[in-house]
Amino acid sequence: MKKVGVFVCHCGSNIAHSVDCAKVAETLKDFPNVAFSTDYKYMCSEPGQELIKKAIKEQGLDRVVVCSCSPRMHENTFRNCVAQAGLNPYMFEMANIREQCSWVHPDDMEKATEKAIDLAKMAVSKVCYDEPLEKSYSPVTKRALVVGGGIAGIQTAIDIANNGFVVDIVERTPSIGGKMSQIDKTFPTLDCSACILTPKMVEASSHPNINLITFAEVEKVEGYVGNFDVTIRKKARSVDMSKCTGCGTCWSKCPTKVPSEFELGMSMRKAIYTPFPQAIPNKPVIDREHCLKFTKGICGVCSKVCPAGAIDYTIEDELVTERYGAIVMATGYQLFDASVYGEYGYGRYPDVISGLQFERLINASGPTMGHLLRPSDGKEPKNVVFIKCVGSRDENKGKEYCSRTCCMYTAKQATLVRDKIKDSKVYVFYMDVRTPGKGYEEFYNRTTEKYEANYIRGRVSKITQEGDKLLVHGEDTLLGRPVKVEADMVVLATAMVSNPDAAHLAQLVGFSYDKDGFYTESHPKLAPVETHTAGVFLAGACQGPKDIPDTVAQAGAAAVKVTALLSKDKLETEPSVSVVDQKNCAGCGHCVNICPYRAISLETIQERVNGKTIERKVAHVNSSLCRGCGACTVTCRSSSISLKHFTNKQILAEVDALCLQ
Amino acid sequence: MSSVNENFEPKILVFACNWCTYAGADLAGLSRLQYPPNVRILRVPCSGRVNPQFVLRAFQRGIDGVLVCGCHPGDCHYTSGNYYTRRRYLLMKRMLEFMGTDPERFQTRWISGSEGPKFQEVITEATGIIKAIGPNRKMRDDLTIQAAFAQRDAEEEEGEAK
Repeated sequence: MKKVGVFVCHCGSNIAHSVDCAKVAETLKDFPNVAFSTDYKYMCSEPGQELIKKAIKEQGLDRVVVCSCSPRMHENTFRNCVAQAGLNPYMFEMANIREQCSWVHPDDMEKATEKAIDLAKMAVSKVCYDEPLEKSYSPVTKRALVVGGGIAGIQTAIDIANNGFVVDIVERTPSIGGKMSQIDKTFPTLDCSACILTPKMVEASSHPNINLITFAEVEKVEGYVGNFDVTIRKKARSVDMSKCTGCGTCWSKCPTKVPSEFELGMSMRKAIYTPFPQAIPNKPVIDREHCLKFTKGICGVCSKVCPAGAIDYTIEDELVTERYGAIVMATGYQLFDASVYGEYGYGRYPDVISGLQFERLINASGPTMGHLLRPSDGKEPKNVVFIKCVGSRDENKGKEYCSRTCCMYTAKQATLVRDKIKDSKVYVFYMDVRTPGKGYEEFYNRTTEKYEANYIRGRVSKITQEGDKLLVHGEDTLLGRPVKVEADMVVLATAMVSNPDAAHLAQLVGFSYDKDGFYTESHPKLAPVETHTAGVFLAGACQGPKDIPDTVAQAGAAAVKVTALLSKDKLETEPSVSVVDQKNCAGCGHCVNICPYRAISLETIQERVNGKTIERKVAHVNSSLCRGCGACTVTCRSSSISLKHFTNKQILAEVDALCLQ
Repeated sequence: MSSVNENFEPKILVFACNWCTYAGADLAGLSRLQYPPNVRILRVPCSGRVNPQFVLRAFQRGIDGVLVCGCHPGDCHYTSGNYYTRRRYLLMKRMLEFMGTDPERFQTRWISGSEGPKFQEVITEATGIIKAIGPNRKMRDDLTIQAAFAQRDAEEEEGEAK
């Protein structure tokens, strides 16, 4: 026999003005399992709580129901109260007779009292099947992994490292730096991108708490918050990093030339190379796809000339598994392939280039040493046309979303053209000009006023070639007439899109992504750097298009979340989690598929059946990952999986209490 | 029919998701919005926790109407629970119809934690609809509350004996 105590609160007159609290307490005395029932003016007050504690001790109560306000208000107060009286804090339920009863039915005491009695009966019926629950704890590995070594990853790692935690950066390419290292100047201040990025790269590489793992990829992720086991594939560099001094003799002598990825194919690199002069680590890798030693088995010049003897053709990919407490995804973005728009002739006309190619052309260390020269004939362009929203805001051929950065980088590029070539003219075809950011609108105004960029509102229908000129056909929708602009060069502001393998990586680590392949934050406003997977955070453009200031801000936010997690010695987990009755479980695996947190897996157990030992698969819940949503309990065909504190039995008992007399 | 229903006060069970509708109902209270006193709210962690069995049990025990309320599609606290609810209860409605129960006795609604007025609106509307349908006599069994407790206790003992 259970001994339930019922305590009905008047909340001054908040409840008592429309609920007959004494009648509620009196009626509940006759309800099954109720051993004690009373009402009091302020149950949450000190004397109110004392009343509960005293009753628990004197009446020998083993569970408690308080009929008062919303559990969102005082559930913890009363849980602590019953715990102080020696009960397990989960042997307690609340009936919400204020927010959901007295306040919404102020003029009908009879009906409101009737409802309060029903709510109290439901709570008593539920509490009868409450079981003592304990919070569980899991350890935390005090080390973080940052996936991606662009500005987002670098900033996150520096912030985590400065807080005293060890952090590893895994970067896919041979050097950290990311897209920001390819950019010439940054809006709205026109700071040189390299000048502000390279000190951060150096800081990351020399920080005692940061380990760079470049030319490597995440291969497998297992485990859960606080304890992720991550397998990293360190791709074969063919260069012994401990011996190499980065002197550069090897790549100066290498005979094989390959289009440079860093320069977007506008100049050549060698088969043994560093992506760019400021690369970190500044030690080369051999591109095995093009190196003659690997393709034809000849050459070997680099190994002959290397003064340190660092070249080793026999190095293989290496798999290492490390344990991390938290993971930050900072994998960045790619640019939309503009050749989808056949009418612009990207890829067909050499002088139609992308915005990022323009950055390299105008960069002092780029293929033209900073002289803006057009790719086809190396002449200085006098008329430059910019086309915005190439792939952005176009559901049919591109992406529905706005890429956020293009308006600003186009304005920046227009001013750079005007700055470098005094007698030039620039034309910008646009749909809208969107400049939400500090100093951005002012920058745009300077572009049109001081730098006299011609902004034409309208889309470009096609680009044709006439002689050595490009003819841009478009429409000025403000004047309502077609326009033709003769251009020497056309720059396309291509959309920011997710990495082609972004979805694959998200599945690997185990969190969600949206229809465009961008990673989904836990809450768009209130949890913008968390994912639905505990311990996995987001920074930068992998979450959605954003510019450098926003990326750096988000990186800092992600770092704070990581350090908050890592600074705990153990993680407390809510006890209201799912549990499997393995005797009854048939191992069908439906719960495994439905769980949004990948908390359920199938495990093999041994059983004695008819004197024989058999093996079979059953579901198992990892309580550190389970958040207690209960989706699995409903999908289970045999009701073998139950959510603690919200069991089928408890909810059915509540239903019965409401319906039966 | 209308004369029968005029004095009829239906009892309606609302399964409310802890993260949205339950908070919305609290907000309705905080804003002192009034609605008919026929509803009883049962708090669940997610609308996806509501097993169709619970709904059937309520009808079996004589409830006049059941609402399952969760977060708006796309806003589930647990990512996807309300999508399962949505699909599950489309089927549920058809099954109720097949069983001869008016499917309008059963409804699913999405109410966020900031939608106190919507909670009021939904409850007022649903109470009106269920009142018009009349009392549920279709599936009602004649169990008493004492018998229900006894049945559960017996099950528990049986389970332990196993």
